[in-house]
Amino acid sequence: MLAPVNVSLESLNIMTLAPMLIPIIGALLILIIDISKANLDKTLYVMISLLFLLLDLGTIVDSAGIFTASGIVMGVFDMMLIDGLAILAQFIIVGASLLFIPLALTHSRFHEFSYPEFFALFLFMISGFQFMVATDNLILIFVGLETASLALYTLIAMHNRDKSFEAAVKYFTMGALAAGFFSFGSMVFYALTGSVEINQIAAVLAANNYADIGYVLIGTAFLLGSIGFKVSLVPFHTWTPDVYEGSSAALAGYMSIVPKIAAFIIAMRIFEFLIHSGVVWLEVILYVGVVVTMTASNMWALVQSDVKRMLAYSSISHAGFVMAAILIGTTQANSALFLYWILFSFTNLGAFSMLWISRQKHLPQHQRTDHSYDKFAGMIKTSPIASVIMALFMLSLAGLPPFALFWGKLYMISSAVTGGYTVLALIMALNSAIAAYYYLKLIVYMFMKEPVVGNDGHVYVINATLALKSIIGFAAVGTIFAIIAVNPLLEVITTFVYNSGY
Amino acid sequence: MLDHILSILIFFPALAGIFGFVIQKDSIRAYGIAVSAIEFALALWLWFAFDSSVSGMQFMEQIALIPAFGINYILGVDGISLFIIILASFFTLIGIASLGETKDEKNMIITLLFLQMTMIGVFVALDAIVFYVFWELSLVPMLYIIGAWGGPLRVYASVKFFLYTFTGSLIMLVGMLFMAYFYYQATGTWSFAILDWYRLILPESFQLWLFVAFFFGFAIKVPMFPFHTWLPYAHGQAPTIGSVILAAILLKMGTYAFIRFSLPLFPDASVFYMFPIAVLAIIMIIYTAMVAYAQKDIKQVVAYSSVSHMGVIILGTFALNVEGISGSIFLMIGHGVVSGALFLLVGVIYDRRHTKMMSEFGGLAHVMPRYATLFGIMMMASVGMPLTINFVGEFLSLLGFYEQSHILTLLAGIAIIVGAIYMLAAYKKMFFGTVTNEANKNLPDVNKRELVALIPLVLITIWLGVYPKPLLEPINNSVEAIVQLMHDKSITEEAKSRIPNLMSDIEITRTSMQEVH
Repeated sequence: MLAPVNVSLESLNIMTLAPMLIPIIGALLILIIDISKANLDKTLYVMISLLFLLLDLGTIVDSAGIFTASGIVMGVFDMMLIDGLAILAQFIIVGASLLFIPLALTHSRFHEFSYPEFFALFLFMISGFQFMVATDNLILIFVGLETASLALYTLIAMHNRDKSFEAAVKYFTMGALAAGFFSFGSMVFYALTGSVEINQIAAVLAANNYADIGYVLIGTAFLLGSIGFKVSLVPFHTWTPDVYEGSSAALAGYMSIVPKIAAFIIAMRIFEFLIHSGVVWLEVILYVGVVVTMTASNMWALVQSDVKRMLAYSSISHAGFVMAAILIGTTQANSALFLYWILFSFTNLGAFSMLWISRQKHLPQHQRTDHSYDKFAGMIKTSPIASVIMALFMLSLAGLPPFALFWGKLYMISSAVTGGYTVLALIMALNSAIAAYYYLKLIVYMFMKEPVVGNDGHVYVINATLALKSIIGFAAVGTIFAIIAVNPLLEVITTFVYNSGY
Repeated sequence: MLDHILSILIFFPALAGIFGFVIQKDSIRAYGIAVSAIEFALALWLWFAFDSSVSGMQFMEQIALIPAFGINYILGVDGISLFIIILASFFTLIGIASLGETKDEKNMIITLLFLQMTMIGVFVALDAIVFYVFWELSLVPMLYIIGAWGGPLRVYASVKFFLYTFTGSLIMLVGMLFMAYFYYQATGTWSFAILDWYRLILPESFQLWLFVAFFFGFAIKVPMFPFHTWLPYAHGQAPTIGSVILAAILLKMGTYAFIRFSLPLFPDASVFYMFPIAVLAIIMIIYTAMVAYAQKDIKQVVAYSSVSHMGVIILGTFALNVEGISGSIFLMIGHGVVSGALFLLVGVIYDRRHTKMMSEFGGLAHVMPRYATLFGIMMMASVGMPLTINFVGEFLSLLGFYEQSHILTLLAGIAIIVGAIYMLAAYKKMFFGTVTNEANKNLPDVNKRELVALIPLVLITIWLGVYPKPLLEPINNSVEAIVQLMHDKSITEEAKSRIPNLMSDIEITRTSMQEVH
């Protein structure tokens, strides 16, 4: 007869699960409400999601307090790992979601928001991402990844346009391949070391002094493929522009931030110990990958004729820029990654929201895509405030001081300088110059061209409601006055990253 | 109030610009003139309160911005920057006052006020990052001015202007980050403060690389040969006001930055690169003078002559002695006044005829005598005639460089004389002879609004040409301090001998110097 499992409830540390469970409870509640009374308005679901996200944020603040007081917390049979990275990443995930969800309160009615399942799936997705970042266990990472991804595929398809279905299917098939890669990579590491926990894997590999380097490289290659897919590293980026184009602008902005930060955390946990243990192959591949991602996607962005596709390529480029932090691997670089991504999320969500409020239900004759450059011609004449705000986001994305993203770039390039990657620092700087061209292109259209005949400027704010305007205003204020926030952010981030041992 | 006068000088126009959005369209010009007049008065007050016997920084302000990374908001003014600040506020005033009929006048004036904020900011910033912020920010208003009010190729010209300078500045940014990192290695704290950096002695090999990184940023802005190709487009397409501000102030940012950053931070590298840069400067002087001679468009002539004179400023700066550097700073002021005035004058004729082709004109002296006189005075000043403002600067710059190399100075001197040819030729084509073109027969002469802008410039040109001492004294004091600092900091024998040791009464605390290993 089996001996009863004897585990004290306290050692399980169930509280570590609280931040992930709250959105799940919220999602279930939304489904229950829908069963008991159908056809309720989207505003109800938006507010419920908002409340649960705020609760979620509260528990994360709580765990941040525990982390500052007593360091890293493990829980649930040591599956959960609540360290500084997990807390910071969850802040970004939940914070960006808080900014995203009110974007559903559009003026025009869109298909997806009439389904309560949209909001339930959205909350499931968030808990999936939270699981991904708050664990050391490859299996739990995989579960979180799949929960989040499957929910995300559905969210894209719910936009209910031909292109959305195309995008969802494309994302799904490619994502399935990436998931396969991830499980293959995990399997190789499990076979090598007998563990699925990253710190155990690191310990075992270090103990036998990387004797089976060949197998390690095979496993790494698979993991690189799957993580590269998630952060859209070239050459695993091909899905990005199509998927962004197919999904609604708001969701595209969301996708450019949240899934990527989750993937960055995984990359940080897995790749940094490998690079630090002298797996030169990985360092070289990452170096090449980072440079090619930054440069090539910038080149592609130059020739786009649609603003959303341009932003898609630009977000690939930003991801490449940030991936450099994983390569450099110092505390400063890892802190720079978080700083950059926080500032980026403000700016990029703002930019995509500007596209979102100008999204028409039916395209006029002369306009081929939702957000072609022509649509924005002469915007300064018809709606000056909107065009100034849009220009602000573009300048910030280009890295013009003193707007938000400049400080991220500054700190990131500085970390490359201090890490001894001089050439990389120069490449990063020059890429910012190339990128400036396509951001300027939109500014040129907005400020220096004549408006299309018959355009009275209404189109730019066609979807605007108070909620959307406040989100954009919030992003704009954050972008302009980022400099005030940089110092406290930097101090908190650096302590958290340093105390987590990265 | 004087404790914060520099912050007020920076943010007053910006705040006024924001308030300007609510002002009704027809009243905006008066508002713009009022704001820029107050700003100019403040700048004059700064001069009045400025103690010209002190060589160091005055009116310093310091606020911590990002202490974790050593970025602080530090401002200060010395003899080098003082007059450029006054010039910047003066030209904004003149520019707004003389603004002709412009579409979207409100946008233009608000843009000019924001531009003024960035210009003042660049010249008073004593923290590299704050400097960089204003340096980059100044591109945006200029991009808009050229791109929205310019000629047919305005979009190309404005984007080229932006991207060219942006690229150079990013390389400079990497240099700044390296500099801060070396400072961190030497002292254990991050700092971007220029005055802290002054105390850092770098090994020569580091200096050589960092000098190059900063050089890209500054040389593109100046613009030095071979990075000058954006300038003719920018000038050619920009509206009059854009060209005036660009030539008078924005180009000075580059030469000012050479004196503020490159020379005192990298004295050995400055000596090492002295001759290559001098050769570039002389190519710049001769080549652009020749190109100017070939132009058919009077504005392009002025634009290329402006590049040509920037070459003399660079030459004076890299003389690395008190005469040369003081001369180059004085020439920055002079060049600002003169080329600004010339662009204004070109604007006058463009407003009347909507063409800038010299072949369209001829015999204008008969039709517009006052215009011809003003143009004549400014043209003489541009050529560098004695008793005009440019002569003082050019003479001192060349005198300074004469101590370093006789041959190169001789070449530069001849080039300047040759440079007079194209100006005189252009003047002849436009003003002398008989009126051949019917359209020119009844052109009205300079009107009051234009005179308001031009007369003060003429007065300054002659006053400072005859009696430059009020400016030269404070400039000299600050330059002496810099040259002494360079001499003390330099490590190679070559640099010690090239940079004169002035005296020992300017103390530099050697104890705080630490060498980077």
